[in-house]
Amino acid sequence: MSASVIFASLTKTFGINCQIFFVTLLFALPLGLIISFGSMSRFTPLRAIVKTFVWIIRGTPLMLQIIIIFYGPGLLWDGDLLPRVTAACVAFVINYACYFSEIYRGGIQSIPRGQYEAGQVLGMTKSQIFFKVTLLQVIKRVIPPMGNEFMTLIKDTALANVIATKEIIMMSREYATKGLIWPLFSTALFFLLFCGILTLLFGWLEKKMDYFRV
Amino acid sequence: MPILEVEHINKSFGATKVLDDISFSLERGKALAIIGSSGSGKTTLLRCLNFLETPNGGRILVNGETLFDAADHAAKSDAEIRKRRLHFGMVFQSFNLFPQYTALENVMLASLLLAKGRPDYKRNKRAIHEEIEGHAIELLSRMSLEGRMSHYPHQLSGGQQQRVAIARALALHPDILCFDEPTSALDPELTGEVLRVIRSLAEQHTTMIIVTHEMAFARDVADHVLFMDGGVIVEQGAPAELFENTQNERTKAFLSRFSQNS
Repeated sequence: MSASVIFASLTKTFGINCQIFFVTLLFALPLGLIISFGSMSRFTPLRAIVKTFVWIIRGTPLMLQIIIIFYGPGLLWDGDLLPRVTAACVAFVINYACYFSEIYRGGIQSIPRGQYEAGQVLGMTKSQIFFKVTLLQVIKRVIPPMGNEFMTLIKDTALANVIATKEIIMMSREYATKGLIWPLFSTALFFLLFCGILTLLFGWLEKKMDYFRV
Repeated sequence: MPILEVEHINKSFGATKVLDDISFSLERGKALAIIGSSGSGKTTLLRCLNFLETPNGGRILVNGETLFDAADHAAKSDAEIRKRRLHFGMVFQSFNLFPQYTALENVMLASLLLAKGRPDYKRNKRAIHEEIEGHAIELLSRMSLEGRMSHYPHQLSGGQQQRVAIARALALHPDILCFDEPTSALDPELTGEVLRVIRSLAEQHTTMIIVTHEMAFARDVADHVLFMDGGVIVEQGAPAELFENTQNERTKAFLSRFSQNS
């Protein structure tokens, strides 16, 4: 089998990793914000429930969560299995939303009280204060930790192979079982390239936000 | 009729009584200075006036209109509280400028947001914007900040930031402008420029309440001085009276500590 055919198949399966990556971001970024509001709620029962949920999700292996989402419905109530990629995405969205929520919470709570009070005495509404005053400051503060999470996420997508999702590591291990070991090692290039682009993107974003200090 | 009447304000944090039966009034165009040691309740009093704290008892009237009455338990809508807040302007010790906006944008922001609620906003958008911008430029010029309008807060000195904050508070035409230790976070060489601005506001008969540790300034600029200690007004009067003919022992002790320090 020629190297170009193998590279083509690796590239194609890396598309699955990218798919999980983007779907996770699309849903986990807003969901994380909702969870962070829950974990800061003044309504104690809601806060307790949300915090317990975040503890469970952050306190158990993502690999286990993927297995539970995929096999759970069938084992527990004879439900239909989700398609593999969908099951993986659901697990990733829930898991990363919880991590994102803690980053948002840190960002929101790091905004000095005086910023809210200045908005209040100027007659602004709560939503005006959030959108016009604090949001951009929160975004500036969460960009560096988010960069970290994005990099972890693309590499974590390899965990999807625990439910036989045909992503790049799964594909390359198939070659390995046939005695061809170099495709497995070459997958590193895909992740390195992806993370390189992420690094540039986040560097650019941080520069964009450089015009003010928080 | 006084522009501001404060009647029997009480405020406790848990078991600690921070304000105990505070009453005073203020005439239009006059400057009131509130002095007293840290923890005497001065800042809490200002925060009550600005609805940043809710008093446990008492009434606050502006122009004879009751803005706050602890005995009135009817829930106030957010919009109602916001409208009442606008009678007061507030200048904070730590400036609290919005870091992502320029000096000019900081002054304009609240006015622009308020204008969006006007029925004619969509039609006259440009004219309204220009009017607000013109007013903001004029205010910043009065603060001697002509060359600093497009600077961001981190590019300004503390004294300049505080002057932007004063312009921002004036932009909404408050009836009463409150200063919460406006120079306490500044290096000594920068306090002068902020005090000069406040003095010129007093000369233009802006109604003001100034919480300050600058005794010489309070004596010089204020028309009336309150001395607070332990959450009560211990002594009040015209500055000459209070500083030179001090009646109360606690006031005397406080003022002598200050004259020793300076």
